[in-house]
Amino acid sequence: MIIPHPLLGPCDAQEFTYLGDASLIARPDGMAEGAADAFHDYLYLRDNPAGLHRELWYHEQGDRSWLVVTRNTLTHEIVKAELARDVARAEGRGR
Amino acid sequence: MRLQHGGQIDRGQKISFRFDGQYYKGHPGDTLASALLANDVRLMGRSFKYHRPRGVLAAGSEEPNALVELRTGGRQEPNTRATMVELFDGLQAMPQNAWPSLRFDALAINDRLSNFLTAGFYYKTFMWPAVFWEKLYEPIIRRAAGLGSITTRPDPDSYDKGYLHCDLLVIGAGPAGLMAALTAGRAGARVILADEDFRMGGRLNADRQTIADMAGADWAAQAVAELAQMPHVRLMPRCTVFGAFDHGIYGAVERVSDHLATPPEGKPRQTLWRIYSKRALVCAGAIERPIAFANNDRPGIMLAGALRAYANRWAVSPAQDVAIFTNNDTGHRSAADLMALGVHVAAVIDTRPDAPPLAGTEVLAGAQVTDSAGRLGLRAVTVRLGNGQSRKLSVGALGVSGGWNPNLGLTCHQRGRPLWDEGIAAFIPGATLAPGMAVAGAAMGQFSTHAALATGAEGARAALADLGHNTPAPDLPRAEDAPTRITPFWHVAGTKRAWLDFQNDVTIKDVKLAHQEGFEAVEHLKRYTTLGMATDQGKTANLGGLAVMAELTGQSIAQTGTTMFRPPYTPVALGALAGRSSGRDFRPTRLTPSHHWAREQSAVFVEAGLWLRAQYFPRAGESHWRESVDREVLATRASVGVCDVTTLGKVDVQGRDAAEFLNRIYCNGMAKLAVGRVRYGLMLREDGIVFDDGTAARLAEDHFVVTTTTANAVPVFRHMEFARQCLWPDLDVQLISTTEAWAQFALAGPKSRAVLERLVDGGFDLSNAGFPFMACAEVSICNGCRARLFRISFSGELAYELAVPARYGDALIRKIMEVGADYDITPYGTEALGVMRIEKGHAAGGELNGTTTARNLGLGRMVSTAKDSIGAVLSRREGLAAPDGLELVGLRPVNPQSQIPAGAHLLAQGAALVAANDLGHVTASCYSPNLGSYIALGFVKNGAARMGETLRAASPLTGVDLEVQITSPHFYDPEGERLRA
Amino acid sequence: MQAAMLGTGNQEHPMRYSGFRILKEALTGHKGWQPVWRRPDPKPSYDIVIVGGGGHGLATAHYLASNFGQTRVAVIEKGWIGGGNVGRNTTIIRSNYLLEGNEPFYEFSLKLWEGLEQDLNYNAMVSQRGILNLIHTDAQRDAYIRRGNAMILHGADAQYLSTDQIRREYPFLNFNDARFPIKGGLAQRRGGTVRHDAVAWGYARAADARGVDIIQNCEVTGFRIENGICLGVETSRGFIGAGKVGVAVAGSSSRVMAQAGLRLPIESHVLQAFVSEGLKPVMPGVITFGAGHFYCSQSDKGGLVFGGDIDGYNSYAQRGNLPVVEDVAEGAMALIPGLGRVRLLRMWGGVMDMSMDGSPIIDRTPIEGLYFNGGWCYGGFKATPASGWCFAHLLSTDTPHPTATAYRLDRFRKGLMIDEKGMGAQPNLH
Repeated sequence: MIIPHPLLGPCDAQEFTYLGDASLIARPDGMAEGAADAFHDYLYLRDNPAGLHRELWYHEQGDRSWLVVTRNTLTHEIVKAELARDVARAEGRGR
Repeated sequence: MRLQHGGQIDRGQKISFRFDGQYYKGHPGDTLASALLANDVRLMGRSFKYHRPRGVLAAGSEEPNALVELRTGGRQEPNTRATMVELFDGLQAMPQNAWPSLRFDALAINDRLSNFLTAGFYYKTFMWPAVFWEKLYEPIIRRAAGLGSITTRPDPDSYDKGYLHCDLLVIGAGPAGLMAALTAGRAGARVILADEDFRMGGRLNADRQTIADMAGADWAAQAVAELAQMPHVRLMPRCTVFGAFDHGIYGAVERVSDHLATPPEGKPRQTLWRIYSKRALVCAGAIERPIAFANNDRPGIMLAGALRAYANRWAVSPAQDVAIFTNNDTGHRSAADLMALGVHVAAVIDTRPDAPPLAGTEVLAGAQVTDSAGRLGLRAVTVRLGNGQSRKLSVGALGVSGGWNPNLGLTCHQRGRPLWDEGIAAFIPGATLAPGMAVAGAAMGQFSTHAALATGAEGARAALADLGHNTPAPDLPRAEDAPTRITPFWHVAGTKRAWLDFQNDVTIKDVKLAHQEGFEAVEHLKRYTTLGMATDQGKTANLGGLAVMAELTGQSIAQTGTTMFRPPYTPVALGALAGRSSGRDFRPTRLTPSHHWAREQSAVFVEAGLWLRAQYFPRAGESHWRESVDREVLATRASVGVCDVTTLGKVDVQGRDAAEFLNRIYCNGMAKLAVGRVRYGLMLREDGIVFDDGTAARLAEDHFVVTTTTANAVPVFRHMEFARQCLWPDLDVQLISTTEAWAQFALAGPKSRAVLERLVDGGFDLSNAGFPFMACAEVSICNGCRARLFRISFSGELAYELAVPARYGDALIRKIMEVGADYDITPYGTEALGVMRIEKGHAAGGELNGTTTARNLGLGRMVSTAKDSIGAVLSRREGLAAPDGLELVGLRPVNPQSQIPAGAHLLAQGAALVAANDLGHVTASCYSPNLGSYIALGFVKNGAARMGETLRAASPLTGVDLEVQITSPHFYDPEGERLRA
Repeated sequence: MQAAMLGTGNQEHPMRYSGFRILKEALTGHKGWQPVWRRPDPKPSYDIVIVGGGGHGLATAHYLASNFGQTRVAVIEKGWIGGGNVGRNTTIIRSNYLLEGNEPFYEFSLKLWEGLEQDLNYNAMVSQRGILNLIHTDAQRDAYIRRGNAMILHGADAQYLSTDQIRREYPFLNFNDARFPIKGGLAQRRGGTVRHDAVAWGYARAADARGVDIIQNCEVTGFRIENGICLGVETSRGFIGAGKVGVAVAGSSSRVMAQAGLRLPIESHVLQAFVSEGLKPVMPGVITFGAGHFYCSQSDKGGLVFGGDIDGYNSYAQRGNLPVVEDVAEGAMALIPGLGRVRLLRMWGGVMDMSMDGSPIIDRTPIEGLYFNGGWCYGGFKATPASGWCFAHLLSTDTPHPTATAYRLDRFRKGLMIDEKGMGAQPNLH
């Protein structure tokens, strides 16, 4: 597979390490009420879609960027690749 | 026999080769198959199941029958298709799957027993008595099965890998592929043209067609010559594109040296290419299919197109008298070509009642071949004429044409579904091709030469247009444009066995039985009968089987469907797929900065992940590794030792929020660590399990250096980057892995300070008060070399770790040894390191195995509840916080000289060896020269409350059973006085 | 029509297979062979409907009928039976597990394999050729000794082999020029291989003979759930009522269970497997390389059957990519330098439902009457008999089988993970 890195252009997926569903960005607040349930769902449950999947790839053999790649799990077609940092910020994560 | 004229062979040169012990001669340009036919060798192999005598069926990579063991020794190459072997001088090949000889094969008895050995018979028997399967039945079956053999000696040749990029990859260099490459090449596109054959041209080399009024083969040669002049076009003969992968990536194997006796110096045998294409055009042609009839597998019965190819390209014919059996016009073309070359065609047996006539021979319209004769080679065929009468034809070869199948292989690799085309009675590529892939020529069912040229040009133009380049339509050279005329005919009715899959010996009877027993789905048919599962993936067999099944179920072939072709298109050598990554080069080897020095000291090295580390440093007179290790441990504890600890992961953490960031990464507090101080840190995974441990040293308000274990250096850094970029993107923190940037040495032992004083430049206070335990600083050593100094201790001694830029590592170890000589400084390796850490009860690999909690390690209180750190929440789940959980303990054997094996399980004294009594296990074990006893660490349920208890430590696997006493894991200096000294 | 002829009673194999039967049929033109399973139309309702006609679903049906007297059972399959992972795997059976939650279950499964042919009257070619895990580091040795001891404590067989012993059995391994030298091995002699397709067919035939309806080409499109109770399944062939519905659809677990509104602790990944051209016998048993991703055995037909790691990304595409192919070949060459000229014949990809701790789930769901069996990662084939037995046990008795008590859905909430590899909640590492 070839991942269209938003900074570096097309890169072989072999340069990357895969983590999983991009929902792992949405880490719950560990000090909040009900954190145990929130963390269970966050860490263990997956939509696991057959179709478009937003997922985290790490450019380990490259620039160390974490990317959010939108990829079709039925065809492996990649429709988008964004810097995970930008996605995280857009989803309201900051400090 | 070799024909008098023609052929693309060099008749001026003779080369000698050996097959089945006999020497023969051939010419450059020959394949092994053509050369054997030229020498009147029709019998080339035996079939898989019935050991039937077999000759060559095809002239290309679809060959199911003529499989040989090529070469000898470590180069012995089983199942090699004689049709794909370029003849070279000294070639040696042996028949396979035949014993004692090809002509007299004992297992041909199977053929007599065929009525009992029907499809799937083995599922119904060999069940009694049960133990006989492994002992008797299976060994017999295994010996009878299999095809060729390997010697298991190492392959002496090398393999390579390469990467190529192009605008257009053209797969197949027949008329469509050549025209496509010309069109794109002339337009300036970067083109790769790959063909599995050693001579480009495809069927043009095998036919007597003309293009632009010249022989097809000449036109092809001219096209190749033009392409060779184009710098942006890469011609790759002997190169099989075997797989279509995601995003335009194709796998290809180039047979660099297979046409030579041995690879030239410095050349690989084969190269695996990963081709990154923007667009790909599959011009893979079509494969002729046989018609099934009784005993249609005798040597001499071939595909008609193959007969034609052997005559035209190699000037050979398996016999002087031949016949053709066809259901389509191309059979007539084969007959005409043969006659033009002086081969006598006894008749064309055409199943079509309206078959056209053919000058020079008799066309038996509406006739069928009903049987054949000849034990080791065809002697005659029996023909049922249109009027029902029977006629026997004495021929040594029969060319069979049941029509042509577009070569679908690559078009199916990304789950493209073929479509049935009634007009050519064959499957063509479906609409859902891999992105960027298109098909042209016979591979898409366009069988005329003109159509191949036209669709090839069009395919190239469309691909380039897709990439934004308009290319003018080329003037197409003139070529034949005959329509495809075929009346589907799959098999001749009869009661004798008629073969569908030659290699696997699948006959029509087998398909009938599969149908009778309910294995009607195409995948069931394939799996039950093994149709299409041979080394040719059923290229010539599948459709015949499907047609028979369709007939039986009353469905159309389109409704019946087809099995999928999977990569690779043709089998690929494992050596090529592995490339250079074999033997010692299987994985890179990482060397520590002191490696060369350690080698000079005769160190013994051990693999630690990709690293090689010094395991111990044997001295003259030491005959056992334990002697060396005991000495290293004792010397270190008595005076001073030095150890290369560069392999530990090092991460530089900088930024205003560095402390806050680490406070979230580690489960214990890091926010308030003072500048100039180091703290032990425990890192959890988000699921609450211990991930890694190490130290965090604060060099400045906004600058930390953290260490990881050797094994986790990469995963920890990845994890920290994840947290930084994905969880808290606005924290002001930057990370860089500096594992390889700094050489780091541990100086341990009561004299370590004294040694260090000789290294550190003047003015730095190394006293216990000035630089206490867990201090860190940036220092200058050896007159101005910058270094980092940490007073941390894994050994439990007064100890330091000193880091310098990696390029000084070698110089530093030599300097340390020099200045430490007065204290008899002793280098120690990973074994002594391990002994000292066990003596101190420090957790390492055996304890940090990805399943243990901080609580298991006795570090439960480190998990802060006052902050949100990774893993803290889920570490509190009931299953991880159970009060009777495993706890790290020390273990001492009741008999100090009894070794406690790591991996032993712990049970109550006298308890039976059953799982229900399992209390824990031993994680690490060593001999402690300081205690004069074997010692160990282990996890025991509720261990802390069991201090002093005696347990049974049992390793039935290795035959060890002993009694051990539970102690504190801190065997040595439990108060830690030595490291604070 | 055939269904009517064969009846649906609790009858044993209407046509017993044996060497004698083959002889008889051969002499009478093979006219007597009957369909291995019927092709019934679905009935309006069943006591138990199994969704998924793979190995686990068919085994469940067989044991429901043969052990628990449940014969009003249907197996519903979207395509053709045995078309999922039981139809594409590397055929290995073993019970060399470490953890308390796993080892008894897999040992139970191995025992069932040992009697399978006689139970089913179908030769699935269970071949106890032995499996050998190679050891390349001291840490690996410690871990394997711990595991071997755990196996013995659970009543399984395990044997520690020295390098010399391994050399005698596998002289062609790389003992001289290895990047990671072989330092020993853990062998399980009772492990081995099984002819995978035959497992599906054998279970189907046995279940069918006891009256189970095996319904192919029937896709489940939804569950009928009212008031938290599952009443049956909507299918491409209409609604089928069920007292209980058991789902065993490896590769499609998340998709199917999403129709019941459930999210699972599962990701679907692609695992590639490979077979070489046929060779005369060379590989005595199953061997796994401990320093790379490669394991291998040789089929009765002669092909080397081998595999390695999963590709590592979520996928339902049933195909993988070159990097893993190359990685596996590198492992092969590193371990067995004599394989250079052996050719890879065919590769394929299967969808693995990778669970969050690498261990499976056999449990009730929050929806009454709906039961789930899945998350087998890439170890589902060897589990087929025990999985079927235990799922049948759960469906019949509503209590877990004693060897499968740990395979619960709520173990992640409770922190009772069964993590053999210690990789945590990252499915592609298991």
